Amino acid sequence: MVKRYESVMENLIDIRGVRHAYKTASGPLPVLDGLDISVPEGGFTAVVGPSGCGKSTLTKLIAGLLFPDDGDVFLQGKKVTSPRATVGMAFQNPVMLEWRTVLKNVMLPLEIVPTQLSRTEQEDRARYLLALVGLEGFEDKRPSELSGGMRQRASLCRALVHQPDVLILDEPFGALDAFTREDLWQIMHQVKEKEPFTGVLITHDLRESIYLADQVVVLSGRPARTQFVLDVKTDNRDIEMLYTPQTADMLSTLRKQIEIAQGRSPAAGDAT
Amino acid sequence: MTLRQIVVPTAAMIVFLILWEALVWVMGWPNYKMASPSDLVPAYDRYWALFLIYGWQTLWRTVVGLLLAVVVGTAIGMVMGFSRTMRDALYPLLVGFNAIPKATVVPIVALMFVGAHDFNTILIAFMISFFPIAVSVSIGLSTLEPEYRDILKSLGASQTTIFWKIALPKTLPEFFGALKVSVTLAFIGTNLMEIVSPHGRGLGHLFDSGKTNSDYPLMFAVLIALGFLGIVLYYVVVALEKIFAGWAERSTD
Repeated sequence: MVKRYESVMENLIDIRGVRHAYKTASGPLPVLDGLDISVPEGGFTAVVGPSGCGKSTLTKLIAGLLFPDDGDVFLQGKKVTSPRATVGMAFQNPVMLEWRTVLKNVMLPLEIVPTQLSRTEQEDRARYLLALVGLEGFEDKRPSELSGGMRQRASLCRALVHQPDVLILDEPFGALDAFTREDLWQIMHQVKEKEPFTGVLITHDLRESIYLADQVVVLSGRPARTQFVLDVKTDNRDIEMLYTPQTADMLSTLRKQIEIAQGRSPAAGDAT
Repeated sequence: MTLRQIVVPTAAMIVFLILWEALVWVMGWPNYKMASPSDLVPAYDRYWALFLIYGWQTLWRTVVGLLLAVVVGTAIGMVMGFSRTMRDALYPLLVGFNAIPKATVVPIVALMFVGAHDFNTILIAFMISFFPIAVSVSIGLSTLEPEYRDILKSLGASQTTIFWKIALPKTLPEFFGALKVSVTLAFIGTNLMEIVSPHGRGLGHLFDSGKTNSDYPLMFAVLIALGFLGIVLYYVVVALEKIFAGWAERSTD
């Protein structure tokens, strides 16, 4: 069953009936076909689905880098018509400007977004964020001196430095080893506690989606529509929560939905 | 710069000169077949004033041609790097142009701009050396990770901001790599003009007059002088690279 939020105002992000197709040489390639996602302020929504189902297109729609052919994307009740400085992004590939120090990399968005912060305040904010993710002492290092996990943490700081309303994470932990990944999951919770944000997380990892998000949206295979929405009802954000029976139930529900999305299971359609 | 970085190349050069001298001595070649390093000393001693004058003429015209190649090459590279259509349009033209031996272009240029010797020489130096720069800049720009663009664009950055903050600095290592190739190419261009279409200027002219007067040691001395200038200019580029793109060097410790 697909949930629909009627009021635009109560949610920070509202994606309603979005359709989108890419123009290719062999005609339009539809990637999104009836997408509905609502994220309340302070919420953290994970989006999962078969690969190539248009998840990254979704991040571009929220960031205002792409516009839907049909349907609407609302941020704070306002239709997205251009890129907004109110969005922070982190990707699977934590690109850093190699010629800058880690600190200067984190401060990059402040050079583009209008800010009232003085130069010192900007630097203090960047240092504070780096300390928050455990990168204290690495401020003056070059990105090439950081490990993959450290780069991803720095890229998270960069996404947050200008206090965006929405944090978009496009498979940020996908390329990391299992231990580093769990480390970063816990860091995400610490960060969210100190620096509240509204988050959209694109991921392939069902455990990750349950551990981090309070709402998991399953997309169908391409062209994607919202197939299933799971509310993660737990206050337990200890990593141990991954091993509770409750989590196991949620995981199995999600797994079944993914199988339906991949077309590997007889279409149980809207079964919740 | 450590002592090692000076001692090792210097020693290598001395070994090279000794081997050269030994080769000529063992084979018993006369100096019109192959001059030996010991033949060069009198040549430099006799003509050092000419070496300074002509060497300077060759050097400044090469440098100006190179600067022109940097400006035009970067501009073409930017156009091709940012626009797929322009890349498709310009690539075959550039490759074709680059494939034409510049020795054949020299007489044409000399006829086109009769008497404008400095201009002609600079033009050839430019034409032979801009290609690597244009290609490397265009590749550097077109291989920019899309993530960079998305991050900056989502913040509302303009295309110009993206160019200055990311694209340009990111291309610098490729640019300097190409510039090192272009330095030596520009020297070839300058000397091509000076030798193929002699107009009494530059080391090429000195080489030519050595040929006319059967002064073989002088010809070899010119070659070595050209090599020396090439090394100097090359290391100027290396120094600039260290300053502007030093970050691209992996630390070895």
